[in-house]
Amino acid sequence: MKDKEHVIGKSVKRVDAFEKVTGRAKYTDDICDKSSYTAKILHSTVAHGIVKSIDTKEAERIPGVVKVVTCFDVPKHYFPTAGHPWSTDPEHQDVKDRLLLTDHIRFYGDDVAAVVAENEVAAAQAVRAIKVEYEELSFVLDVQKAMEEDAPLIHEEYPRNILKHTSINSGNYEEARKEEGLIKVEGWYDTPTVQHCHIENFICYSYMEQGRIVVVSSTQIPHICRRIVGQALGIPWGEVRVIKPYIGGGFGNKQDILYEPLCAYLSTVVGGRLVKLDISREETFVSNRVRHAIRTHIISYVRPDGSFAARKMECFSDQGAYASHGHSIAAKGMGAFPQLYPCPNIEADAYTVFTNKSVAGAMRGYGIPQAMFAVESHTDDIALALGIPPYEFRWKYLMPKGYTDGFSKNVNYFDSFHQCLEKGKEHIDYDRKVQEYANQTGEIRKGIGVAAFWYNTGVWPISLETSSCRMVLNQDGSVQVQVAETEIGQGADTAYAQMTAETLGIPFQKVHVVSTQDTDITPFGTGAYASRQTYMAGFAIHQTANLLKSHILDTAQELTRHTKQSLDLIDGNIVRLGDEEILMSLADLAEEKLYSLTNNGHLTAESTYQAKTNAYSFGCTFAEIEVDIPECRITLTNIVNLHDCGKLINPQLAMAQVHGGMSMGIGYGLLEKLLFDEKTGKPLNDNLLDYKLSTFMDHPELKGDFVENYEPTSAYGTKALGEPPVCSVAPAIRNALLQATGVAVDEIPLTPHVLFRRFKEEGLL
Amino acid sequence: MSEKQYKLVKCIINGKAQEAIVDVRASLTDMLRNDYRMTSVKKGCEVGECGACNVIIDGECYNSCIYLAVWADGKEIKTLEGLMGPNGELSDIQQAFIDEAAVQCGFCTPGVIMSAVEILDSGKIYKREELRKLLAGHLCRCTGYQNILNAVEKTMYQRLGKELPDYLESR
Amino acid sequence: MYDIKALYEAESISHGISLLKEHPQAQIIAGGSDVLVQMREGKRAGAELISIYGLDELRGVKLEEDGTIRIGSLTSFSHITKDPVIQKYINVLGEAVDMVGGPQIRNIGTIGGNTCNGVTSADSASTLFAWDAVIEVTGPEGVRRLPIHEFYIKAGKVDLRSAELQTGILIPKESYEGYFGHYIKYAMRGAMDIATLGCSVNVKLSEDKRYLKDVRIAYGVAGPIPMRAVHAEAAAKGLEINSDTIEKVGDIVLEDVTPRDSWRASKAFREHIARVLCKRALKQSILLAGGVIHE
Repeated sequence: MKDKEHVIGKSVKRVDAFEKVTGRAKYTDDICDKSSYTAKILHSTVAHGIVKSIDTKEAERIPGVVKVVTCFDVPKHYFPTAGHPWSTDPEHQDVKDRLLLTDHIRFYGDDVAAVVAENEVAAAQAVRAIKVEYEELSFVLDVQKAMEEDAPLIHEEYPRNILKHTSINSGNYEEARKEEGLIKVEGWYDTPTVQHCHIENFICYSYMEQGRIVVVSSTQIPHICRRIVGQALGIPWGEVRVIKPYIGGGFGNKQDILYEPLCAYLSTVVGGRLVKLDISREETFVSNRVRHAIRTHIISYVRPDGSFAARKMECFSDQGAYASHGHSIAAKGMGAFPQLYPCPNIEADAYTVFTNKSVAGAMRGYGIPQAMFAVESHTDDIALALGIPPYEFRWKYLMPKGYTDGFSKNVNYFDSFHQCLEKGKEHIDYDRKVQEYANQTGEIRKGIGVAAFWYNTGVWPISLETSSCRMVLNQDGSVQVQVAETEIGQGADTAYAQMTAETLGIPFQKVHVVSTQDTDITPFGTGAYASRQTYMAGFAIHQTANLLKSHILDTAQELTRHTKQSLDLIDGNIVRLGDEEILMSLADLAEEKLYSLTNNGHLTAESTYQAKTNAYSFGCTFAEIEVDIPECRITLTNIVNLHDCGKLINPQLAMAQVHGGMSMGIGYGLLEKLLFDEKTGKPLNDNLLDYKLSTFMDHPELKGDFVENYEPTSAYGTKALGEPPVCSVAPAIRNALLQATGVAVDEIPLTPHVLFRRFKEEGLL
Repeated sequence: MSEKQYKLVKCIINGKAQEAIVDVRASLTDMLRNDYRMTSVKKGCEVGECGACNVIIDGECYNSCIYLAVWADGKEIKTLEGLMGPNGELSDIQQAFIDEAAVQCGFCTPGVIMSAVEILDSGKIYKREELRKLLAGHLCRCTGYQNILNAVEKTMYQRLGKELPDYLESR
Repeated sequence: MYDIKALYEAESISHGISLLKEHPQAQIIAGGSDVLVQMREGKRAGAELISIYGLDELRGVKLEEDGTIRIGSLTSFSHITKDPVIQKYINVLGEAVDMVGGPQIRNIGTIGGNTCNGVTSADSASTLFAWDAVIEVTGPEGVRRLPIHEFYIKAGKVDLRSAELQTGILIPKESYEGYFGHYIKYAMRGAMDIATLGCSVNVKLSEDKRYLKDVRIAYGVAGPIPMRAVHAEAAAKGLEINSDTIEKVGDIVLEDVTPRDSWRASKAFREHIARVLCKRALKQSILLAGGVIHE
């Protein structure tokens, strides 16, 4: 039998690329009818307080203003916003602490009132004309200060502002650290509040149709959105229909329900008319979601050979004003700690704490970039304290092959870390450079650093993992594919088309992935997050394609009178096994079946796959820098990321994901931080000029490479790649700085301001 | 509120003479999106910081969000919609964006391609670092800029009939 | 859609002046990259605007008969950078304005707008200070010329009187002849940024190129408005060129600069960078002038 043509593993071009390079891809604003009303939100100008009164009279008098609603008007249905699968167990449900608009202001930028107007100028004028009287309360911005007894209480039901505290205890830390001859290494590591900065701001519009509410939204999670709009409005979930068109990036911000419920509500108060809520860039920074800033304290007791005797970790995760994704992020970060460098005696505590700042939610990496900055910076600190080269330390003590995590049941099946480290070392000529850059003096110095990470694939066993798929055969032998795992720029639709073509046995061009999700039509599934797309949707696609293939072969049996078992579907043809004779094309089969007067049928398949597995994804970053000491400036001159994400479905698109994640990691390590005024709690740099997203000028060439170990638990041998590339970049840069200058900087971003302070402290300036 | 103020704006858009009565308060983004349905012109910040609304006016790139629509009177404007040939053939730079996987979410893509058009139409040869600077008016959160740069640089060499440097061949 | 109360488009300089007389509350808009952004923020929402964008007579650079370089106020940054007169005589100005924002901003942003908004971080301003530029304003009473350091009054406030327009920026021949200059913009990223500090230096060397005959050192963001480091300049004049001289001059700038603490950068950091940039820009200017720096 001749070798089957494989489309998995080929760098086929994106299925949506043509639309996107011609400007034909329609995003939410592009399809919103011009007749829509425009809504705008009035955000609070205090960080903590109670709204005493609101005067809307002047705003209502502005020509073009249709409706003004305030926090006193909205229904009191508290709802959660996190884009998590729902749980029928109340213990596992997300915290319901949001209202459409609120009179208890918990951060500067909280939502107080909203205006619906005929045009954006009138809406903006009306928002400026609303007068709000606040009773100001004291506020707290620092995560550890928020835990003090006398700190202002942000949510009454959470004493000391602690949303949640969880621990990991294994072995006996207190006993183990008494061992003689141990060396204690201790550090505090700080990561910043950063924002996703997808170029399309959040936008949605809403209208009523046949008594139901329709929301078209730039969201990663349409089915979750349906549920939460229902919860927020207090209506049955089936009365909500959510449609997701092309979206201009999400990175986790749109894995949260942002303003869909408010927009839906505003439509209902203007008679179900079309209302558009187009969020500004400033609002995206302040009033959407941000990445949790986490402060981490690590103590390691190590033996002179580097082996760990006992370790302790505490992390303080800055939740901002509302629970959103909450403790999941800190818990995930903490969970990485005992696994990356296994140690028999561990004590770890994670606290997620409310502060009067912008709300933290999901963002690419979900706690792991924070954890890796702390853990991998600390690893270099240990290596330095022991005089062991940092590369060798990692080689010896990183999670070994065969390691199994008791909770997720993840197994390190292969020698991925060693493979990645070795490959990266060659790419960047590590051994030569690490020697060359040792013991430098002078104003300009170079350095090289390395850091590793691991990442999970999806959310099992913490939450439900399920994906459903529908495939429909057309007259010409082509197939529509629908899943609820959304295309948000990462290339998921293309991967789905490749999987479908591969398993079904039809040409890639014959697969049409329906890119728009519509909760009335798209099979149930939870959306784009947790780097789950190819892994989770892969199961459902694989299963459904086999189901459809089975139906097709049943029809082939009818039409060819050959037994099903002797037939196969290869490259769009019904083929007889053995002599490989093409008996008929799939197109002929489909046409015959759909128009048959005797045995008519519509060939379709639909199925759900509930995944009860997870998979470790691994990798590392090597970074090379040049430090200009007088200018307190780091220039990243060379960087390479290595990944084992299993089998690559589409190598070119996989590499593109790596580039994007590295870019975000570079910004995290060197440039980005959302700042808040200490005196008022007001965000200071809520725009793309003052918030330093990296530009074309801020990157060296981005290099990546892969180790392809076929993931045994996966339908297509693949596992997480969407988020992993961001995880180890910042600590690799930090460790390069340590090598170049001997200065350990334990906070990111490594801006000139931070370097100025640290270089002065260390006598370099 | 004062009386609304309008002006007749005549301009050439993607080679075609157009005219429309425009509210003087409109940005060029507003005019192109609303009056002409040129929805490739995206809104990412509306203050000239992201480049998503970039169009070519009389041969130079501008962020149309901070360009008054009335200023377009008498000007020649090009948007992404004007790049495709009459029979649906893609321009070289559009094809390069596909081939190099320079597109992800696609929201910055129209603006970046228009900057690439200005660069490529100059007929000049630029070093990679110079191209970075010439494209630096665009923010992209998906691609890390790497494949965009490759697409523009490769197209530049191809248009000039020059061989690709080794570092581009191997990508 | 901007919240513009009314828009008046000037058809000539004199028309612009009469529009300004008729509408004294109106804001002049040149390229719009500052005014429209402020309007979007709500700061100038509801304002009347007088657009001078269409005044092509205010665009372009020319070399006047007496050797004065005349830059029309509406000349965009990118046109200044590409201009052969600029490149030949004061290339550093072209380099400085080539560091503003990104390419699209440099196409719309004008040197007149950059100086009239009175901000200390303007990339053009420190270099214009360093070249002793003269500002030309035209108003109902005619044309008025004043040195750029007099044009800046305080942060955000320049000497534009009632119904006056800035129409040109002039660099006299004696300001540039024999001088060589270098500008360093210190910003947090490689593009699309405003200066944390900017330093523009130019020098004239003795004929044997061993001594500093004249030194001009100008800063942006070292004080509320762009400024010259007069103490450092005075100390530098006549010194022999060597690395000690550069260190010494660079350290004296602390007597001149008065940066403030802000969330963008601390005073101590800006003072430190002011010294570093002065030394580096001075060194580069000397090299451009053909000098050799001995250790």
